[in-house]
Amino acid sequence: MTKRLLMLVGALGIVLPLLASGPAMAVNPDEMLSNPALEKRARDISQELRCLVCQNQSIDDSDAELARDLRVLVRERLIAGDSNEEAIDYIVARYGDYVLLNPPLKPETYILWGSPVVLALLALLAVFAFYRRKQREASAGTTASLSREEQARLDEILGSSKGDGKA
Amino acid sequence: MRFSLAVIPLVLFAALAGVFLMNIDKDSSVVPSVLIDKPAPEFSLPPLPGRDAGLSKADLTKGEVSVLNVFASWCIPCRAEHPLIKRLSREAGVPVFGLNYKEKDPQDGVKWLAELGDPYAAVGMDLSGRTGIDFGVYGVPETFIIDGTGQIRYKHVGPVTADVLEKVLLPKIAELKG
Repeated sequence: MTKRLLMLVGALGIVLPLLASGPAMAVNPDEMLSNPALEKRARDISQELRCLVCQNQSIDDSDAELARDLRVLVRERLIAGDSNEEAIDYIVARYGDYVLLNPPLKPETYILWGSPVVLALLALLAVFAFYRRKQREASAGTTASLSREEQARLDEILGSSKGDGKA
Repeated sequence: MRFSLAVIPLVLFAALAGVFLMNIDKDSSVVPSVLIDKPAPEFSLPPLPGRDAGLSKADLTKGEVSVLNVFASWCIPCRAEHPLIKRLSREAGVPVFGLNYKEKDPQDGVKWLAELGDPYAAVGMDLSGRTGIDFGVYGVPETFIIDGTGQIRYKHVGPVTADVLEKVLLPKIAELKG
């Protein structure tokens, strides 16, 4: 009995800290700014910037050395009085639009932003054309395309009582 | 009408295959530098311990084409490319400068060059990595070709291989020298 209790306590000892720790953060306490408003802005900016070493992580998530340097740099810019845009532009001036996890809308990215819209329109067009054709076939197709013999056979099957309606 | 519709998937496939074929040799992890054809950033770096001259922007604007090689003693590919940087320094006929990037200990760069040989006209020590960031460095080694006015004209990311040296860097330098 006491053995079971010990096991339970042990298991809780493993699980509880995991639950309490939340999502892993790359930001080290020594990087953080004492001003919570500035720190919040720095976090927001960091989440928008791609880590060039890992490339699919933001610098906020990445443990790479360069990501750390860039996080510190962003905080320095904010302390120096930069707005969020100015701080981001400072990094973009060195590493290009590629560091932005949200690509900006500009002539170079028209294809990127535009292609989903174009594809959706094409799909709509295809669906429209499909139903148009089906409808046309339904209204125009059947009676006109029957040969004389087929029509006669059809009349026979349906019974001639309703036959006076047709030409 | 019916025939042209049937051809669409084939055309799409051919176009897609063409795009893939064009990109098959391209390393998608290489980020093109935004600093190409822009002036090199202002910087002034201290020398390695025990040396007189560091490296600054002024070294790159003396009217002569130059090369800036970013290296670090902790960087394994740098060790691999080092013989080729020596070759570059011998064969290009232009000064090759070194940017010693983010050493843990200032002596590390000195020891590394003592062991492997020093092909650099001058070396600047970038302990904080801040000058590296100003150059848009995101992974060592990186090699910049800079024209006489101090404009960055080419950047190679990753270790220089014999192929890169002979087919890209040396011709590019020769072209800029005119």
